[in-house]
Amino acid sequence: MTALLSIRDLTVTYRRDGSEVAALKHVSLDVAAGERFAIIGESGSGKSTLALAIAGLLPGSSKVGGSIEWKLPNLRLPHSFAPPSVLPDMSGRTEGGATERRPSAIATSHMPLGGRDIGFVFQDPSASLDPVMAIGEQIAEVARTHLGLTWSQSYAKAKSLLERVRLPDPDAALRAYPHQLSGGQKQRVAIAAAIAAGPKLLIADEATSALDTIVQAEIVALIRQLVAEDGMTLLFVSHDIALAAELAERIAVFRHGELVELGATAQIIASPRHAYTRALLDAHLGLDAEPLLRQAGATR
Amino acid sequence: MSSPLLAVSGLTKRYRRGGKTIAAVDDISFHIEPGETLALAGPSGSGKSTIARLVLRLIEPDAGHIEFEGGDFLSLNGAALRARRARLQMVFQDPLAAFNPRAMVARVLDDPLRTHGVASRPERTRRIAALLERVGLSADLAARAIHEVSGGQRQRIAIARAIATKPSLIVLDEAVSALDVSVRRQILQLLLDLQRQERIAYLFISHDLGVISAIAHRVVILDAGRVAESGNARAVIGAPQSAIGKALVAAAPKLNRTSQGAADRQ
Ligand SMILES: Nc1ncnc2c1ncn2[C@@H]1O[C@H](COP(=O)(O)OP(=O)(O)O)[C@@H](O)[C@H]1O
Ligand SMILES: Nc1ncnc2c1ncn2[C@@H]1O[C@H](COP(=O)(O)OP(=O)(O)O)[C@@H](O)[C@H]1O
Ligand SMILES: [Mg+2]
Ligand SMILES: [Mg+2]
Repeated sequence: MTALLSIRDLTVTYRRDGSEVAALKHVSLDVAAGERFAIIGESGSGKSTLALAIAGLLPGSSKVGGSIEWKLPNLRLPHSFAPPSVLPDMSGRTEGGATERRPSAIATSHMPLGGRDIGFVFQDPSASLDPVMAIGEQIAEVARTHLGLTWSQSYAKAKSLLERVRLPDPDAALRAYPHQLSGGQKQRVAIAAAIAAGPKLLIADEATSALDTIVQAEIVALIRQLVAEDGMTLLFVSHDIALAAELAERIAVFRHGELVELGATAQIIASPRHAYTRALLDAHLGLDAEPLLRQAGATR
Repeated sequence: MSSPLLAVSGLTKRYRRGGKTIAAVDDISFHIEPGETLALAGPSGSGKSTIARLVLRLIEPDAGHIEFEGGDFLSLNGAALRARRARLQMVFQDPLAAFNPRAMVARVLDDPLRTHGVASRPERTRRIAALLERVGLSADLAARAIHEVSGGQRQRIAIARAIATKPSLIVLDEAVSALDVSVRRQILQLLLDLQRQERIAYLFISHDLGVISAIAHRVVILDAGRVAESGNARAVIGAPQSAIGKALVAAAPKLNRTSQGAADRQ
């Protein structure tokens, strides 16, 4: 397998109220070019921190050790790093908001450009969409910035992207504003914006967690199709091991900032090596699981 | 069969939106027996939360009847309504969000006890400690600030608040949806324990059929404000008849723990 990126001994620490939180501890892993790779774990396990570190989007106040090495042969070197408009301000997380966000002092070779080489889809699509800008303009803006297209070419590109993410009425969607769309439609738009510049890597961080099951399945199918058609590498971040297993070829299990187990999906699901992975699998409530209702002596 | 605990019939709620009227809840009928869990399932926008709010009388219906504990619930008001409300409680996705995060956990539990006539402060303090222990928490937690407790603990506190007034029915709207799987399982177990011991009935709203098939006796599947199908939870989920029931079952993530991963299934 050809590695797209190699992470070695990655440690990320946040400062909060004077104390330090180690969000990732000595994580080493490779992501292969073209694979569908899932990062799973319970909340606070460091999944988003890893995704942000890979995208070069950690808040400036974070402390980073170790390295993320990119192995892209034809990586376009950025002249300057400017997070594009599709990346949300993470104001829920960092006090200073987006202005604070800059690539951390992390040892990387051929730092890729967020928005162009990496597309990022977040849980809340509203966070990455400008509420007062028509959707067509937002997507066209990404295409124009990163692909050097004229405005009319960009707008045509925006329309074809809205068709690709299968919005029911792409022409109407171009002129619509985010609040006029349902949650699932907004996420389709966010995906269109994320892939507008033809990124090598698509990162989806809990991108379907706020959606109902039916819409979630549609979005997962869409991501699968887009990734296959464009030959993108997928980093799928989820708290749901069953969902991750339906999409990913390999799964990395995180707990308390540590990489607990990494393996092929079939191995992780059928013969997990780590007790924690097994516990996560046991806690999953599937449609065919023995109902808790019927289990004898229901005690905590 | 004895008379049901809750009987809803012909329940309808319309909203005006952009000049059009939509029926968020459209002629819905169902009943819940004492000590039973009835689940409401359906895609987002199908009317689940509107039904919860109607049953709790947070909003009033345009048509329909609600019988609760043998009486006409919709005709109650004033003191009679307040008294009956003690028997009908709720737990939402983040029920402590309404509280000042710096407020103490004891505050959350003190309110319902006071409103429902537990007058003496030492008695309330005793009851608060007992409630916390009842939901598997340490009584010391009473003195902690709300923002200091974890997601799972918050949901236990919300359940403690709900059972403080000895309800016969609790409406839970996506109450476990935001929890991690292991915590979710513990909370479901707690709900089952309380149901067994106190014979509490639940109107359990979730879009997650896995959760529903684990804890519900019966299920009503909604589509665009109407009942698509209903019946024994395991039977309906095992062999859905309606289009929306089939779509919900097909969309639920499945773990195939014995053989090849589903990723290879393309
Ligand atoms: N900007 C931040 N400032 C301080 N602490 C943070 C920040 N972002 C995340 N954390 C903390 O780092 C840990 C890992 O968080 P995160 O990577 O978001 O986990 P996950 O995505 O798995 O839920 C948690 O303890 C979280 O509270
Ligand atoms: N206060 C309201 N005003 C207008 N429309 C509403 C209101 N509350 C709910 N609706 C509409 O009613 C329908 C059902 O909503 P809801 O009961 O919240 O569904 P669910 O909980 O199943 O997602 C939706 O179309 C929703 O937009
Ligand atoms: Mg996260
Ligand atoms: Mg709802």
